[in-house]
Amino acid sequence: MNSDKIEDYKKLATQIRVDVLKMIYKAKSAHIGASFSMADILAVLYGGIMKVNPSDPKWEDRDRYIQSKGHAAAGLYAVLAEKGFFPRDWLETYYQDGGHLMGHVWHKVPGVDVSSGALGHGLSMACGMAINGKYKKKQYRVFVMLSDGECDEGSVWEAIMFAPQHKLDNLVAIVDYNKLQALGTVKDVLDLAPLADKWRAFNWSVKEVDGHNYKEIDDALSSAPFEQGKPSCIIANTVKGKGVSYMENKVEWHYKSPDEEQLKQAFSELGVTE
Amino acid sequence: MRPAFNKTLVELAREDERIFLVLADIGFNAVEPFANEFPDRFFNVGVAEQDMTGIACGLALEGNIAFTYTIGNFVSIRCLEQVRNDVCYHNVNVKIIAIGGGVAYGALGSSHHCEQDLAIMRSLPNLIVLSPGDAVETRLLTRAIAAHNGPCYMRVGRGKELVVHKSDPDLEIGKAITMREGNDLTLISTGDMLPYVMDASESLEQNRINARVLSMHTIKPLDKEAIISAARQTGAIITIEEHNILGGLGGAVAEILVESDCHKVPFKRMGLNDAFCKKIGCQKYLRKEYGLSVEDIVNTATSVTGKKQ
Repeated sequence: MNSDKIEDYKKLATQIRVDVLKMIYKAKSAHIGASFSMADILAVLYGGIMKVNPSDPKWEDRDRYIQSKGHAAAGLYAVLAEKGFFPRDWLETYYQDGGHLMGHVWHKVPGVDVSSGALGHGLSMACGMAINGKYKKKQYRVFVMLSDGECDEGSVWEAIMFAPQHKLDNLVAIVDYNKLQALGTVKDVLDLAPLADKWRAFNWSVKEVDGHNYKEIDDALSSAPFEQGKPSCIIANTVKGKGVSYMENKVEWHYKSPDEEQLKQAFSELGVTE
Repeated sequence: MRPAFNKTLVELAREDERIFLVLADIGFNAVEPFANEFPDRFFNVGVAEQDMTGIACGLALEGNIAFTYTIGNFVSIRCLEQVRNDVCYHNVNVKIIAIGGGVAYGALGSSHHCEQDLAIMRSLPNLIVLSPGDAVETRLLTRAIAAHNGPCYMRVGRGKELVVHKSDPDLEIGKAITMREGNDLTLISTGDMLPYVMDASESLEQNRINARVLSMHTIKPLDKEAIISAARQTGAIITIEEHNILGGLGGAVAEILVESDCHKVPFKRMGLNDAFCKKIGCQKYLRKEYGLSVEDIVNTATSVTGKKQ
């Protein structure tokens, strides 16, 4: 991968973070940390990997993306706006009365196939979409983004067992493993370790990446399916709040929104003037 | 009713390649014809009802018609959030088939009884809620829900229920079937209480009480017109369901009556009286224990008719 591509990814990821900051600052809403931890992965997915068509969001041969961690909707909306699925000024209506963008991922937004928010739903729906791809002999892939805390839900493990049983190698699960959940560290609340081994034990083909290293993310996403006949799982080691120093690895930035002073500092750290 | 559903589904699947069956390890000796003929459209997800419902939603989002299928309680309440958020919210073609409504699983006990589903399911937006009266209605409704564009819930009996219809009735989702004309009161039946209600109406006739009988196979959308006509023309109403008296057919009919100008007619809900089973026994035994025998219906009807002004 050449340096131009990495620069493009970085630019898109920065734009996502800036837009998320603005949205969450205005909305005084939550989940900025969860949007930042997956921003680099979103930039690679939408900036280089996924076949999508913003002027035809329901294009039959598109790659599917399900963001099962629906609370991080701001990140998804930011990248969809940047790619032109809907006007950028919609972002200003996030969480607002009568606005276009609901607080959690909403299927009425162009470019979004599936609503989410209640955790533990996305992987099962992704399995259904992957079955359809096999049945109709389509070439699309189904990407599903899970949070680590979400893996506490039993329904996630039901789907983890299902996908290899039916050889869904057109399915790619990405776990945003930022190691923080709502009330504390994953280790302290309900430890997932060894997470990659658990997915492997359930017959997935697994790769671990640094979820902020564009080359590693791109290499992994490009090479799925990692093995013929097996679903692929990418454990992305990430940092919650990545990109803004005072948010990184701080559990309170699951819920907090920045004040004016914090907003300025965040813009400055992201290298933008406003 | 269960064989009628499975047989009809196989016929439908021959006609329509979009039809999938996704079930949760229930259906021995019932679903094999579908599984054998359409192996690429049949998925036993294991004992995992949440996954079953989510997978069905994913299939339906791609333009397919996905039937989910297991014991009534498990296809509805066990995975209620998936039914609500995945199926109803996205308003997709998932058809939820609940096997063994009410106390059909008898001596297996309360864990396997299904007595709250109609109340819960009818509170979900976009969802059509059906409870056919016999195998004929089941067959016709299976075709109707496959043709309906949107999510449906259909509760069917476990197996060998009595067949009431001697020929195919005109059946339409949302329209009650008048099984019997009458002027003295109306018995509104849902599900396979229908044979009991028909028997009760015949006994009443011998006592010179002429009961109208409606088979209310659709709980939502409810046939408001048939209920109001029944109230005006017969002056008394009884609902009969193998379901909690709270929130199901009886509750739904009461809502219509109270909001109409005929809310003063004598009205009685017959059903399971807001309690879990305290007895062990087969469906027939439990119906008697819980006041849902033919005799109970006759007695209630006689009493309610006596209250007419």
